[in-house]
Amino acid sequence: MGLNFSFLTRKTGQLLAGVLLAQTALCSAALAEDRAELMAKHRGGTMTLAAVSAAGTIDPMINYTAQFWQIYQMTYDGLVKFKQAGGTDGFEIVPAIAEAIPQAENDGKTYVFKIRKGIMFSNGKEVTPSDVLASFQRIFKVKGPTTGSFYGGIVGADKCIETAETCTLEGGVIADDAAGTVTINLTAPDAEFFSKLAVPHASILPADAPLADAGTTPIPGTGAYFFESYNPNEQLVMKRNPHFKEWSVDAQPDGFADEVIYKFGLTEEAAINAIINGQLDWLYDTPPADRLPEIGSKYASQIKIDPLAALWYAPMNTNLAPFNDVRVRQAVNYALDRDSLVGLFGGEVLAQPTCQILPPDFPGHVDDCIYTKEPGPTWAEPDMEKAMQLVEESGTKGQKVTVIAEDNAVARGIGTYIQSVLSELGYDASMKAVSPNIQFTYIQNTNNNVQISISQWYMDYPAASNFLNVLLSCASFTPGSDSSVNMSGYCNKDLDATMKDAMTLALTDQNAANAKWAEADKGFMEQAPMAPLFTPKSVNFTSARLGNYLFNKQNRWIISQSWVQ
Amino acid sequence: MTDASNTVLNDPALPTAVAARPASGPWQRSWRILKRDRATLLAAAVLILIILSSLAAPFYARYVSGTDPFRSNLSARITIDGKRTKVMQASTEGLGLGVTPIGPTWSAQYMLGADTQGRDVAARLLYGGRNSLLIAASSTAICLFFAAVVGISAGFFGGVVDKVLSRILDILWAFPVYLLAISLSIVFISQGIVIGPVEITGDSLLLPIFIIGIIYVPYVARPVRGRVLSLKESEFVLAARGLGIPAWRILVYDILPNVSTMLIVFVPLMMGLNIITESSLSFLSIGVQAPDASWGTIIQDGQTLLYTRPAVALAPGIAIVLTVLSLNVLGDSLRDALDPRTKLV
Repeated sequence: MGLNFSFLTRKTGQLLAGVLLAQTALCSAALAEDRAELMAKHRGGTMTLAAVSAAGTIDPMINYTAQFWQIYQMTYDGLVKFKQAGGTDGFEIVPAIAEAIPQAENDGKTYVFKIRKGIMFSNGKEVTPSDVLASFQRIFKVKGPTTGSFYGGIVGADKCIETAETCTLEGGVIADDAAGTVTINLTAPDAEFFSKLAVPHASILPADAPLADAGTTPIPGTGAYFFESYNPNEQLVMKRNPHFKEWSVDAQPDGFADEVIYKFGLTEEAAINAIINGQLDWLYDTPPADRLPEIGSKYASQIKIDPLAALWYAPMNTNLAPFNDVRVRQAVNYALDRDSLVGLFGGEVLAQPTCQILPPDFPGHVDDCIYTKEPGPTWAEPDMEKAMQLVEESGTKGQKVTVIAEDNAVARGIGTYIQSVLSELGYDASMKAVSPNIQFTYIQNTNNNVQISISQWYMDYPAASNFLNVLLSCASFTPGSDSSVNMSGYCNKDLDATMKDAMTLALTDQNAANAKWAEADKGFMEQAPMAPLFTPKSVNFTSARLGNYLFNKQNRWIISQSWVQ
Repeated sequence: MTDASNTVLNDPALPTAVAARPASGPWQRSWRILKRDRATLLAAAVLILIILSSLAAPFYARYVSGTDPFRSNLSARITIDGKRTKVMQASTEGLGLGVTPIGPTWSAQYMLGADTQGRDVAARLLYGGRNSLLIAASSTAICLFFAAVVGISAGFFGGVVDKVLSRILDILWAFPVYLLAISLSIVFISQGIVIGPVEITGDSLLLPIFIIGIIYVPYVARPVRGRVLSLKESEFVLAARGLGIPAWRILVYDILPNVSTMLIVFVPLMMGLNIITESSLSFLSIGVQAPDASWGTIIQDGQTLLYTRPAVALAPGIAIVLTVLSLNVLGDSLRDALDPRTKLV
């Protein structure tokens, strides 16, 4: 049943609209005033962050880690950007370097972006359409990890992927410095194109940025801060961009702290102690499990728990025994006690059991669990009897199975638990912990003959395709490659077609598209190429002095919007 | 003609015990020295207790703790003082963050508490002891065997044989021992070893046994070679050579018995060293692989529980200290008894 607005006349409607507009304008003015007041009160100081290790290259077009994507929010901008706001507002795409979000032309294949005037890079140069063109060319020249998957739909991208050195994107990206516009032509309409433009891989950099991985040498950006120095073994120093003027509070709000120092190399234990003692303001890594009860009770006001669009799962190699038998994969899904797995992650406050691929409250997610004792909307308890029966029917009992997990406390714990479950199901199971530096690529490469592993997936942008299409499409499976994120090696043409339909539908009808994604999610789970384990939550432990904590569902804690004085 | 010594022995005035004492060899003499040393006896008693306890692991797990120490037991409940309690206890204070395993109950079940998988630490400690001791003993045997072969060959034959073998030992010696052990473990544990029809999988205990056995060969082979070089120039060997006795007889009857005491002294010392090496490798996830346990893997399990359940890491740590200390005391005593010349003043 919907609401009925037929009692409104045209005149009262106009009046109401006027009141609403005035209210919005007043609210905005009030917010701006509040913000100015807060800025005057809290601006300044040095914020000190920490992580156990750095996240590799500082190059925003190459780095593919949540850790550095978070800090790129305050140092770089794309044509568009995810809104720098708390909660699900962070999923909204707002104009950044572009003045406005353009309307699609040419049946959804062309977009003309008007570039804002007066935006300066931290090296003092003004952003021009030529910089935008050079940045798009650079995406291909530096061969970033999403070059093909995100930007392969731009006209001319195929040539750029073939011969990156001579990439011009002719006909694909057209810069007009005089008109101040950039036109992007696509080979086909893409409902997720703006999301792909909003991630750091599409950051706008100076045209003279190096045409190779910048490594540890910072590249100037347009954000409120710039990278002053970066030593992955020591620290990353961010200072205010001297040429920055707040041109969009939604896309790039001015920051509170004068300086942000990101330290690397401390252990989680040491970092937690330092936060308690006021020597650090925040730790990127999840606090160690044995400190959670203590900080959750003694320092409860400093703990922030927020939901994440993410998934911990166990991919099962559908091309290797015993998981080439769908009954075995289903058996694993039935046998897992997801409550126990949640316990290994830190308890029900920090994670939620799931037996679906799309996270809860995510586009396309419909509550439905088939791998529980009494199938229903959510997971309730394991069905060991059913699991044993399926394994018996498969005739694979006694086979050797090795679980590959990352060599850290949580992943090793989960790996050991799954090994134990497999033993209970009758397999000769063992668990191997592999260094976190190589585990993710190791489990992707079919040459390593990984049967079952533990992995995690955190979305790049809020779209169901970023889970289902990326993790399980035929195109994501490249045998013998370290970049074959479809670790299950599962390829189902029918489900691929369903996903393609969903992506086409998204151009015109998002609800219908979501229904299609839900269908695909269920279809995959029936074939069980993976065992979803739980949806984790973000745990941030901050110093007592840190104020104005805002959690953005897309890019997590908005560092620049917190203050330390 | 009378024999003076017989005259003395047959003197009825001497006490009967002295008169009846048989001529004692070096082994008997050493045994007497060892028996008189209280520290040695205590060390031996501790070691025997640890070995017997470890051997009784299956009995303990089945009849005392009543749990399978190799299965995750995350949703289990036990009865303590008539109350049903969860083995994995969710925090109820503050924000309710974290799940902590049950601590030492000092009763049959979960005497030393549970680890992060809800498994009985005491039962795992005993099973871990079996593996740690087995690896230490086996790798010691391998190490001493190869060290004896290499050291004796190099020392006795000299020339090219000595040069080649000594250079090989130099190469092995050049690697920091832990770096070598870690490198070999990473390679072999990820790939296993396949030699013709023989396949050793990455989770086999044979891998740490062989790796630890091999890396310490130079540490024993060098002193053995030195000893053989000095024995080769000793009067009884020179005399045997002069008499035209074949080299192999000299090796077996003159050199080997004199080197064997040295090797025996090395047994407890190398075992102690190997227990520590095995524990270190297992702690780094490149020794004993799950679901097997060793004292090193249990310390690794306990590392994440240091704040809340320190017993998980402390218990295997104490077991390692006691075992290695006992072995070192035994090693020192054996050296004093078998090779008094090396006794420190």
